[in-house]
Amino acid sequence: MDFKNSDTIPGPRTEDRLPHTAEAAVKIVIVGGFGVGKTTMVGSVSEIRPLTTEETMTQAGIGVDDNYGSASKTATTVAMDFGRISITDQLVLYLFGTPGQERFWFLWNGLFEGALGAVVLVDTRRLEVSFDVMGRLEERGVPFVVAVNTFPDAPRYPVAELRTALDLPDEIPILDCDVRRRASSRDVLMTLMRFLHSLAVKGALT
Amino acid sequence: MTPPQRRRRAPGGDRPAEVPAPAPPGKEGEIRNPERLFVIGGEGGGERADIDLVTLIVARADPPVSATPEQAALLRLCAAPLSVAELSAYLSLPFSVVTVLITDLLAAELVQARASIVRQKVADRNLLEAVMHGLQKL
Repeated sequence: MDFKNSDTIPGPRTEDRLPHTAEAAVKIVIVGGFGVGKTTMVGSVSEIRPLTTEETMTQAGIGVDDNYGSASKTATTVAMDFGRISITDQLVLYLFGTPGQERFWFLWNGLFEGALGAVVLVDTRRLEVSFDVMGRLEERGVPFVVAVNTFPDAPRYPVAELRTALDLPDEIPILDCDVRRRASSRDVLMTLMRFLHSLAVKGALT
Repeated sequence: MTPPQRRRRAPGGDRPAEVPAPAPPGKEGEIRNPERLFVIGGEGGGERADIDLVTLIVARADPPVSATPEQAALLRLCAAPLSVAELSAYLSLPFSVVTVLITDLLAAELVQARASIVRQKVADRNLLEAVMHGLQKL
């Protein structure tokens, strides 16, 4: 990027600008393994073309992870795709798709601490990839729902069997989705919001 | 076919995030201009404002003559409110570098930061209902 000509830096398109009344933003984090559909989900509900924020990563964390076999994935920058949904003229919701490995999480200050909640996106062909993510969220006390992205060739398990395998309590919603479809991705987010709402109601009663 | 089996974890079992070791000097091309990132961050060093990915930033003034090219670019971008994540994306700069830039601009009163809403122990019901209402319109 040539900052000497800062006039030429492409900013948001006119229709992608937030109104001046926008005063607060909330975020939801979508976590999952590589290729599980995080960016697809962000893109299917976002009002802007998904953008990418980067953070530099030290060499220390590189080469440890088998999932980073390809050369392009071992770069010193780590990327996170995100999208945006304007809720009202004052309130904006951001959706971040982040890799499941915790060492990425601390790169972005308060990524989970400030989030309303999380969606754990799973692929039943590689269910175990999501185990550690769920454990981390449990440890941090971040409420989450589990969305199973239905790939055509993936094994289909009854929800009860999945719940047992994932060792999840009954109140945590588990649902199937097709993240390529806007309505399906929206349903996942609505399920998370209803779950958070039920926790808020329960919290107010106790 | 039986799925693999996970075991639930308890809240609070979290360890503090490991502090990454400083990067050893990389081979040429492995690290992109680390000096440049330092220069962009300015001399303030260390102290960063408490800025989240979704903190909304709004310019309070046109870029002064003294502004660096990066500061000027950032100020032009946030003529209307823009999240730190979006600023990072449009400027093609890492989040931490944008945070340092904003810290300097906040100190110079050239930008305003509109606080992000942080999750309370129990989220605010009115806020959750507002988000649900907004999602229903999608």
